[in-house]
Amino acid sequence: MNESAVARDVVVRVNGLVKRFGDFAAVDAVSFDIERGEIFGILGPNGSGKTTTIRMLCGLMEPSGGEASIAGADIAKNPELVKARIGYMSQSFGLYRDLTVDENLEFYAGVYELGAKKAGRVAWAKKEMRLEEIGGRLAGVLSGGQRQRLALACAMMHAPEVVFLDEPTAGVDPAARRLFWTIIRERAADGVTMIVTTHYMDEAERFDRLVFLSRGKRMALGTPAEVKAQFGEHLTLEDIFVQLQEKES
Amino acid sequence: MNRERLHAMVRKEFVQMRRDPATLRLVLLVPLMQMLIFGYAIRTDVRNLPTVAFDQSRTQESRALVQRLTATGNFVLREQAESYEDAVHAVDAGRARAAFVIPESYARDLKRGRPTRVQVLVDASDPSSSASAIGAAQMVGQQLNVEIVQQRTGSNLSTGLPIDVRVRPLYNPALQSAVFVVPGIIGMILSNILIMLTSMSLARERETGTLEQLIVTPLARSEIMLGKIAPYVVVGYVQMTTILVAGHFIFDVPMRGPLLALYAVTFLFITANLGLGLWISTLGRTQTAVTQSAIFIMLPNVLLSGFMFPREAMPPLAQAFGALLPLTYYLQLVRAILLKGAGIAEIWPQALALAAFAVAFFTFATQRFHKTLE
Ligand SMILES: Nc1ncnc2c1ncn2[C@@H]1O[C@H](COP(=O)(O)OP(=O)(O)OP(=O)(O)O)[C@@H](O)[C@H]1O
Ligand SMILES: [Mg+2]
Repeated sequence: MNESAVARDVVVRVNGLVKRFGDFAAVDAVSFDIERGEIFGILGPNGSGKTTTIRMLCGLMEPSGGEASIAGADIAKNPELVKARIGYMSQSFGLYRDLTVDENLEFYAGVYELGAKKAGRVAWAKKEMRLEEIGGRLAGVLSGGQRQRLALACAMMHAPEVVFLDEPTAGVDPAARRLFWTIIRERAADGVTMIVTTHYMDEAERFDRLVFLSRGKRMALGTPAEVKAQFGEHLTLEDIFVQLQEKES
Repeated sequence: MNRERLHAMVRKEFVQMRRDPATLRLVLLVPLMQMLIFGYAIRTDVRNLPTVAFDQSRTQESRALVQRLTATGNFVLREQAESYEDAVHAVDAGRARAAFVIPESYARDLKRGRPTRVQVLVDASDPSSSASAIGAAQMVGQQLNVEIVQQRTGSNLSTGLPIDVRVRPLYNPALQSAVFVVPGIIGMILSNILIMLTSMSLARERETGTLEQLIVTPLARSEIMLGKIAPYVVVGYVQMTTILVAGHFIFDVPMRGPLLALYAVTFLFITANLGLGLWISTLGRTQTAVTQSAIFIMLPNVLLSGFMFPREAMPPLAQAFGALLPLTYYLQLVRAILLKGAGIAEIWPQALALAAFAVAFFTFATQRFHKTLE
């Protein structure tokens, strides 16, 4: 993180964001900023509000309070502009299982109006996401790791500035997870801001910065080292996670 | 609306339909099967209505009359009744579908050259089977008349024709005939299958989780909606053509009016139903919930549109509800074109109504559909 205010290039601003379902606040006045090209983590136990936060930031849910903007577009006032600037990979596999890998890519290329750039972008995505061998396979028969790479390809074909990945590595074997993280780092190196949720604690060290949520509230924010310091230097992130979960039950 | 996005959406829907053999079978075979079942059921019924005879005359002449009537193949004599009430009761109870009532004076009247009256009661609650039975009975009456009159050439015709076979249709005074019902099947099948398919298609995306990924893209709501219905327009035309051709060659349904006009107004009808299906699909979140709402529409479609019962005979409330169904107007249209040979000049009010439905339902659906998850 760059501390000098001049050099900070903030692409995601979240200020006191709230989401209520009836009386229940699933996201409770959460604030954070994300800089361009960061790999930013949203961590927390089940039901802590990670998905709800991301959905609001993607224009899929209206916030009940607070404000946020993505690359200058206000999520409440201009959700459709937000949608054009981001990529999003939902927590459950959201692509068409009855279409092949190529057909899914073609579809999203059309939906994002890639026009003349289409062929080039599809080829780029297949190469970068390591999908070149399996273009003709139905998405429904892919392995967990292949599915997630296809979903990431569809979410990134239109070269968005900011990409949201909701638990991309859940239920994926260790080798596939490692490959997926390699791809995330490569994309961030291109200057794309990658926002990733997880509850695998061994992944926490991979983030440039992270926010810790529990019951919809922000418990910590900063680099992995800063978060550890905040809870006591002797604790691992795993310990903090377990502590927060115990406090909850 | 953007061409490239819409094209991607339409294409995806076509590929998905091709990959779903179960739905394809449903779409192609069900209309044909319903057509055949319906058509052949009409034929077998028509040929063999179980019949009760109340023959008070009990003479050679009266037995000859019964013989003539059963020889048409429309009636099969099942029992003899002892009284008029008996005969009517047999029809009421469903043991018989028709009754012959021959007066005690039948033979005597014939011999004396006096007019006599024979009654054929027909259970007309199944319009398709009763109509031809009624026709057959009237035909027999006329043939007998001609024969008797010929036998008595020279006698004074001013006394009128000797036998008056009176047909009293029970339960269905409007008397719909088979050719009248078969064109209705086109409308009924198109409407019900299209509503079912479109209403499921959006709910399926919601349930399988693909909708979340879809609505986070720049696709416009109207593009999603149009993409959803495009393949089903084709499906609708295939179904309609199947029934039309099968109905014409197997069941002699006439094609008197301009087919081009029929195909043109069918586009309005298909679109109206697809819009209705989409609208229904925005009312429920799961496929099960949506199916239930769809059935809620399909039932009035069968009962209130004039497909099975004449609308004129319905109470005002049922008529008013029926007027809200596109099928009601399409039935009038398709019957007018096929049976009466009507063209655009006669049918434009119904066509206009269908166009209004199409626009209205599509607008409702698009308005209700939001690109959010709430
Ligand atoms: N549409 C909704 N209606 C009502 N409650 C909801 C809705 N969506 C989420 N919630 C509730 O909000 C809370 C936060 O849910 P959310 O899905 O954001 O958690 P999460 O951190 O993503 O959990 P997980 O790790 O299981 O994915 C949960 O208690 C959940 O039950
Ligand atoms: Mg979640």
